[in-house]
Amino acid sequence: MESPDPSSKFDNAPRKIIPIVPVLDGAPADSSEEGAWGELYQAHQKIYPRSVQGIFAKWRWGFVFLTQIIFYCLPWLEWGQRQAVLFDLGARRFYIFGIVLYPQDFIYLTGLLVISAFSLFLFTAIAGRLWCGFACPQTVYSEIFIWIERKIEGDRTARMRLDSQEMSLEKLVKKWYKHLIWIGFSIWTGFTFVGYFTPIRELGMEFFLGNMSSWEVFWVFFYGFATYGNAGFMREQVCKYMCPYARFQSAMFDKDTLIVTYDTERGEPRGSRSKKDNPVALNLGACVDCSLCVQVCPTGIDIRKGLQYECIGCGACADVCDTVMDKVGYARGLVKYSTEHAMQNHWTTAQTLRHVFRPRVLIYTGILLLVVAVLFGSLLNRKSFKVDVVRDRASLARIVSGGHIENVYRLQIMNAVEKRQHFKVTAEGMYDLKVMTDSEDLIVESTQSRWISIRLQVPYDSAMPGSYPVKFFIEATDDDQKVQDKLEEKSVFLIPR
Amino acid sequence: MSDFTSNFWSLYVAGIALVGIVACLLLLYFSGKAKAMTANDNTTGHVWDGDLREMNNPLPRWWVGLFLITIVFSLAYLALYPGLGNSAGQLAWTSVGQYEAEVAKANKELEPLYAKFAAMPPEEVAKDPQAMAIGDRLFMNNCAQCHGSDARGSKGFPNLTDNDWLHGGSHAKIQETLLNGRVGNMPPMAAAIGTPEDVRNLAQYVLSLSNSPHDSLKASLGKSKFGACAACHGGDGKGNQALGAPNLTDDIWLHGWGENAIVSMVTNGKVNQMPAQAGKLTEAQLHVLASYVWGLSNNPAKVASK
Repeated sequence: MESPDPSSKFDNAPRKIIPIVPVLDGAPADSSEEGAWGELYQAHQKIYPRSVQGIFAKWRWGFVFLTQIIFYCLPWLEWGQRQAVLFDLGARRFYIFGIVLYPQDFIYLTGLLVISAFSLFLFTAIAGRLWCGFACPQTVYSEIFIWIERKIEGDRTARMRLDSQEMSLEKLVKKWYKHLIWIGFSIWTGFTFVGYFTPIRELGMEFFLGNMSSWEVFWVFFYGFATYGNAGFMREQVCKYMCPYARFQSAMFDKDTLIVTYDTERGEPRGSRSKKDNPVALNLGACVDCSLCVQVCPTGIDIRKGLQYECIGCGACADVCDTVMDKVGYARGLVKYSTEHAMQNHWTTAQTLRHVFRPRVLIYTGILLLVVAVLFGSLLNRKSFKVDVVRDRASLARIVSGGHIENVYRLQIMNAVEKRQHFKVTAEGMYDLKVMTDSEDLIVESTQSRWISIRLQVPYDSAMPGSYPVKFFIEATDDDQKVQDKLEEKSVFLIPR
Repeated sequence: MSDFTSNFWSLYVAGIALVGIVACLLLLYFSGKAKAMTANDNTTGHVWDGDLREMNNPLPRWWVGLFLITIVFSLAYLALYPGLGNSAGQLAWTSVGQYEAEVAKANKELEPLYAKFAAMPPEEVAKDPQAMAIGDRLFMNNCAQCHGSDARGSKGFPNLTDNDWLHGGSHAKIQETLLNGRVGNMPPMAAAIGTPEDVRNLAQYVLSLSNSPHDSLKASLGKSKFGACAACHGGDGKGNQALGAPNLTDDIWLHGWGENAIVSMVTNGKVNQMPAQAGKLTEAQLHVLASYVWGLSNNPAKVASK
């Protein structure tokens, strides 16, 4: 072509071609196995996880108790004359043991969220979805609800049988009994949740007298309903379809991340056999194909197919496989926490664990420690009060008798401790700068905030017209005149033309 | 939508909203009918980048139920609230209406409180911390723009804390000022006084009235010219509250201190206005506010606590 079309110059540019292989003649192109026409919507299939004992189950129950004892007991603790942990949204004061936080302290919440995020990154990089499998409220409450279910309806097979039965008096009684306990537990959970925002002892009285406010009623029952629905019915559906953390955690996996792994090399070919048989003679691997690992799985997957997005890393399959291996007299660890590299290279446990200390883990740890140190350092150095200096918005400056130019400022003093404080305001920055207040003793009561007017004066003609930086120094003392804290705030003094 | 005279745009917008909802419903319906070829390993056979295979993970049916709930919700919402073109909705809700209802509710709650203060004499109201907290807020919202947040005013705007009153400082007079506003009128007087030199001498005399630094020779020359001022300010310069004429002997200078400021006032005059608050505040609010302002200069202890 002599005069190429200007747009054709792009044709010469290197281009990445993404081949999209179409489905030919209705047959899947990339699978040797035969396909089937599948629907785009899927009916919910109830999962009946079998109960499991073992080291990971112990850890999980440990976390269930740890998190729930804290959750249910914390609002009942007293600190002096008040609830130890109380988030008073109405008054916008947040009490955490000895600390009173203002909305201005929001940065601490940011710090807490940064810590949570980096903890998640760290744990996930080391050992996959530890949070999901052991500490997440969805897992914890599902565990509790399934425990209640098991106590009433029996274990997996009994529950499956009961559900497939025709309705009978026995079935009705069991179902009613279960739901009654679930609902009671859920309401208690909702009540505890609201108890973090409104004093729980008063809330308890209101609850039993039936005179809770409409918002309290809403939140007790809404949170209770969410607990009942999510832990009783939704369970793994939350993790599979709703949870955003579940999706992005896989981005933090690498080939040295410990994940629940089935040892394919050792296990295959799988097959049932008598205990007396020699598996080598039968050409069988260690997997006896008992399917218990599938039965105990709370998300209903088969770990032998490898890592799947549904896997929450709870280790139930590892626990149950170990008991089976013990029974048939094989070595434990056919299903275990291991890494992709360890499986490939046949590493020993020590070799695998050595790879925990890799750069991304060390960087996450470093950042985490730094943020924790900064957060606690700043909490320890927190001042006993806060001040905002606002220049009066109405009057620029004025001349007052005695030949002074006066500027007006409003100071918002926020008492951030639970005792009365006395404040003294001084200022610096200009020649012969005087501070005028209406009262000698500026008092702000415990955890209250107050606006006060402060006037600054300089002698007339002591400075050229213009804007001058000034500094306020505010000193807080307690009732015994002991100095609590000092703060300085910047502002400007204006001299008009 | 009131900017449009034809109904076309209303129908256009309503049509788009409804067609959008129906399209969502149809999409859900046809997706339920459609099927995807899926291999036994749960892949669809679509491959990107050589090895990235698409899996078929069907949407759970309860999630479809959630979509249906949003459709039902949107239709119910559009029926009840304004949303479909210019339809007002069954509830006839407006943001103005909600605001007015909230104000009416708040006023109803405050009514007994204001009734209590309205029945109290101003001296009692000025002592009541709750009334003074309300007064402070009223002052901040309605008065502080001119008189300053500390009520000490600035040039042209009187200081309300110094017990120097242009129109009288009794509670009744303050309430009258609030209700009807005031106009302070200083006419240009230079012609009546004489030469510019006479005016400067007069200014020195005015300065001498309050014992401010002045040139006593010029002041004595200016004294004779004060007759023109005495009509309003009085022969002794102590002012006249009935006319709103300021006291010139108290070293308080609303429009600036010094010879130049006084010469400017005498030469050019000034009309200064306090706007009426009658329509903005209720009678009970005015009573509380007048008590607050009265308390600023009559009960210093109260001023300190705020």
